[in-house]
Amino acid sequence: MGIRVISERCNGCELCLQACPFGAITVRKKLAQIDIAKCNLCGACVDACKKFNAIELIRDNVQTFDKSEYRGLWVFAEREGGRIASVTLELLGEGRKLANRLGESLCAMLLGNQSGKLARELIYFGADKVYLAESGQLEVFIEDTFTEVITGLIKEHKPNIVLLGATAIGRSLAPRVASRLETGLTADCTGLEIDAESKDLIQTRPAFGGNLMATIICSNHRPQMASVRPKVFNAAQRDELRIGRIIKYDYKQHTLTQRAQLLAVVKDVAEAANIAEADIIVAGGRGLGNAENFNIIEQLAEALGGAVGASRGVVDAGWIPYAHQVGQTGKTVRPNLYIACGIRGAIQHLVGMRSSKIVVAINKDAKAPIFNVADYGIVGDVLEVVPALTIEIKRRCVKEQESLAVSKSKQEHEFALSS
Amino acid sequence: MAQLVEGRTFKTKMNIIVCVKQVPDTLEVNINKETNTLIREGVDTVINPFDLYAVEEGLRLKEQYSGMVTVLSMGPPQVVDTLRQALSLGADNAVLLSDIGFAGADTLATSYALARGVRKIGSFDLIVCGRQAVDGDTAHVGPSLAERLGVGHVSCVMRICEMADGNMTVERMTERGIEQIKLSLPGLITVAKGINEPRPPSLKGKIAAERSDITVWSAEDIAADTNRIGLKGSPTRVVKMTTPEHHRAGQMLEGSVREQVTDLVSKLHQAELL
Repeated sequence: MGIRVISERCNGCELCLQACPFGAITVRKKLAQIDIAKCNLCGACVDACKKFNAIELIRDNVQTFDKSEYRGLWVFAEREGGRIASVTLELLGEGRKLANRLGESLCAMLLGNQSGKLARELIYFGADKVYLAESGQLEVFIEDTFTEVITGLIKEHKPNIVLLGATAIGRSLAPRVASRLETGLTADCTGLEIDAESKDLIQTRPAFGGNLMATIICSNHRPQMASVRPKVFNAAQRDELRIGRIIKYDYKQHTLTQRAQLLAVVKDVAEAANIAEADIIVAGGRGLGNAENFNIIEQLAEALGGAVGASRGVVDAGWIPYAHQVGQTGKTVRPNLYIACGIRGAIQHLVGMRSSKIVVAINKDAKAPIFNVADYGIVGDVLEVVPALTIEIKRRCVKEQESLAVSKSKQEHEFALSS
Repeated sequence: MAQLVEGRTFKTKMNIIVCVKQVPDTLEVNINKETNTLIREGVDTVINPFDLYAVEEGLRLKEQYSGMVTVLSMGPPQVVDTLRQALSLGADNAVLLSDIGFAGADTLATSYALARGVRKIGSFDLIVCGRQAVDGDTAHVGPSLAERLGVGHVSCVMRICEMADGNMTVERMTERGIEQIKLSLPGLITVAKGINEPRPPSLKGKIAAERSDITVWSAEDIAADTNRIGLKGSPTRVVKMTTPEHHRAGQMLEGSVREQVTDLVSKLHQAELL
């Protein structure tokens, strides 16, 4: 495998230089040169040079196999407490569209103990088939046991696509499964499509801390595996009239090894700080001045029924635990409403929150980069603006409840009159 | 290989391998707006920030239980700089897997090469990786490496609670809270930010690191199957890179604090966000 520039044909036009996503090409003395240390052999330059045909990508013969053997879009069903995790419902929603485009079935894998009821739920949410593996050993998630059961199922039924949620569980499990199957895995996808021609899964994901969006394919291996970021796709609609099959998978044919064991779940602030799932996030930064002032963030979050986020600066300063950190080295969030208070907006913070639906920024510096990604900006002192906002929201809430109560009593009154 | 000798206590000696990656200093990742490509010229490289926590955790274990910390990386020859940085902090050995054949590797091919490297290093008790690299952000290589080596792993470790013969107890962060997990050794953990505060390099360490040798192994040295490394061994392929447009045509609110706040709440109300 390799790449070379055919110097007789190259005229130094720089088309390849512009096409290279890796900055691996330089043009000197009207001749393109490829830095092989940077080159990913992606072939973008070859396509760009069609006119002159001066770049040659030497591909080794790829072993072709019958892709049509692999059929069906599978979703790994993650459990959360006694329920199906919301990311799984989102995967079923998007999976349904992709499966229809492929003309293939949508299936779910559910591992657990006495989970028949949840298996039916998966059908209500769109699964045509549910592969159900049940035992006491599968009650709690452990990478070893789940990897063994899932790879067993995949080897037996040969799905085309396998999707998992990019949660703590999904991101720990998926690489083990993909490695055991020797197949491709794309992490943390935010976009999925089916290529009209090849029928391959086109996967889009952020890279370089969100500075780039990469499009990735896995054309010569099956199944095509991807973990998908929560809160990107819409959840499937529940329909109790839907029918499907529940297929019990006899996992006992495997001897499950288990090299890790869950001792305890230390219920922590993480529950309150589950910012990855929150619809509304109020986040505070250095502009608050000190740790004590952080309570105005908490009060606003409480008034809005939202979660508390934080910039790296305040986490590093010890004002609030790491679980609240938004950004590249913290969590990526995508709430409906993100209110950034006293956060300047370093790139590492922006990549963690800029796909939020509505962003409000409050900062005393009108030039702070946070305003570039904000829908609404208020230039002012957070210590003044945030409490005022809390009061206004509370006032509005009370007003609304009053008007609701008024209209309700009106209705009751009218009802009493009419009867 | 990778076998723990029965009955051995960590008080005698612990073999720790820390995997590190060299990444661009992401603060300075810039996009050429015309060509839509990454500008890599003049971009400094650093050790992946998460891997600094891995190195620190390895060093702390070594200091507590005595033993050896070997740092392992794969990449072009200039990655020796990153390995030297780890040596300056106190790592004992450094191994770089460097070969043109490794170029273009995705996470599957990377973990294969690293696994071959670990095999050649010899036995180990614990492998520590950073949770993810800040350029790729996949968090795949740690779990994938554990799979290839046939050992268990725990991702996103926030704290090591206990080391014992043949197992360790750690806490990992999940969406649901913090889980306490007992992992058999040899094993692999990936560590999250917050597990420790990485030490700064000492001048003495820097000087010593400058003088120490870094082992460089080629694909042949680690007896890697050429079909399983680099681009050839990578099922996934990046076919396009684009820069997302995130700039919003935001509206700056005006007036007194009270007016601005009232205005904002009305707008959020209209958008049905409240």
